[in-house]
Amino acid sequence: MPKDVAIIGVGQSAFVRSYGGSIRELAFEAFREAMKDAGISAVDVGASIICSAPEYDKQRSPAGLIAEYLGLNPQPTFMVESVCSSSTTGIRLGYSLIKSGLHDLVVVLGFQKMSEISSADSQERMGRGADIMWEAPFGTMMPAYYAMHAQAHFARYGSTEKDLALIRVKSSKYGVLNDKAVYRKEVDLEQVLSASAVAVPLKRFDCCANADGASCIIMAGAGKAKEISKKPVWILGLGSATASMTLTGRGSLTGLNCARLAAQQAYEMAGLKPGDIDVAEVHDCFTIAELMAYEDLGFAEPGRGMDLIREGQTYIGGKIPVNVDGGLLSKGHPIGATGGSQVRTVVLQLRGEAGAIQVPGAEIGLVHNIGGVGVYGNVIILGR
Amino acid sequence: MGFEKFGRISFTSQTKVSEFVDYLEQGELRATRCRCCEKVFFPPRADCASCLGGDMEWVGFNGCGTLVSFTVVNYAPTGFEGDVPYTLALADFNGIKVFGRLSSKLSMNEIKVGMKVKIDVITLPGGQITYQFNAA
Repeated sequence: MPKDVAIIGVGQSAFVRSYGGSIRELAFEAFREAMKDAGISAVDVGASIICSAPEYDKQRSPAGLIAEYLGLNPQPTFMVESVCSSSTTGIRLGYSLIKSGLHDLVVVLGFQKMSEISSADSQERMGRGADIMWEAPFGTMMPAYYAMHAQAHFARYGSTEKDLALIRVKSSKYGVLNDKAVYRKEVDLEQVLSASAVAVPLKRFDCCANADGASCIIMAGAGKAKEISKKPVWILGLGSATASMTLTGRGSLTGLNCARLAAQQAYEMAGLKPGDIDVAEVHDCFTIAELMAYEDLGFAEPGRGMDLIREGQTYIGGKIPVNVDGGLLSKGHPIGATGGSQVRTVVLQLRGEAGAIQVPGAEIGLVHNIGGVGVYGNVIILGR
Repeated sequence: MGFEKFGRISFTSQTKVSEFVDYLEQGELRATRCRCCEKVFFPPRADCASCLGGDMEWVGFNGCGTLVSFTVVNYAPTGFEGDVPYTLALADFNGIKVFGRLSSKLSMNEIKVGMKVKIDVITLPGGQITYQFNAA
């Protein structure tokens, strides 16, 4: 089990519908919290990696601007993008910068101010999230793609709209407890099932909300981490894979192959198996995405993911607590910030600092962060 | 030029596979096949990622497909709002997968994963050309 690179600081802004400040100020909220958490200052930082989906930004090349505002000149900075998984891609690159010996301390800052552009502009960009030659001309959007995965899972395995609704009910129960979440109201099964359809079978509460937000993860090599941190959380396993942007290139729609491959790589690197995971954060941009994650990560056999939620096994106290911070469904999904927020939750869990949502005795945690509809998949396994 | 005629809204005008639209205008949906390694591509490609060849021929694919999945959408991106609700679908034609819309004339209780579908080429108001799936 490698213990070469640690996370020594985590931070997150509140995720909100519309942030009343600029992108630099939004980024600073997460950065300040992470720097104080790590107990370091800007001179300790070797490089910064800025993560966002830049089609939401008016600022061209935001990395330069944000590095300046964070006080991180003249250290190198650059932007990484893999849409919704940008900040875990940033963590993967941070890991390689540290392992290569180029830097011993790296800041990974994810942000998105989705309200930076108008709702009409946002709708226009949404349509171009698919292959613009072959699929966007039919009028595609993210909910439609995930809805097609849901229909395929229902048809093959007998899962139901109620199974998906149970996932949202769990999410809302924990969202209430997260003071950084955008949606903090509990919803019951009837409310979820009776809401209007967005893309059949996905209804309003099956979909996460757009949000503005930032996250910050500070990583260090083993020597540096032991020197400055009393509570390092180690990166034990990393996996990353891709699949075709077009649905026509996919083998099946009942799961995400990029997630399966990324999970296999991460388990292998960590020398761990699904049963060893004490707490997980999975990419529940839609309820069906969490159901597929149960199976793609090996928490359930293919086609049996619904048993976990029916039996309450993904609640705290169950076999494998999942998204006990409310997940994307309750927290909101500020594209470039989401992966870092998931990592922050797991780091706090492993330090025993998760408060009302603490999974007792959690030692090993997993993060599953997906970009696009299964185009990019990142899995990270963390341990004390 | 030519590809801007494909679909409700085309986001691409220049591509080496714009003959795809010419075949649609003749009522045919075609894929490309690499003359070197014989791999068939849909959506069509100008370049073969298997053997790195660049010599493609256009091939038709006939018969019935099977509906892999579908969804009825009630919200649409900019420019598609006038079409809602519409049904997006993926179908499998003997291993070649095709993404598109299902005919709006099909009623919801007729649509099932696994149903047999065929491809119709249609011209949209305004002269754009596309294809859709219909019950076979």
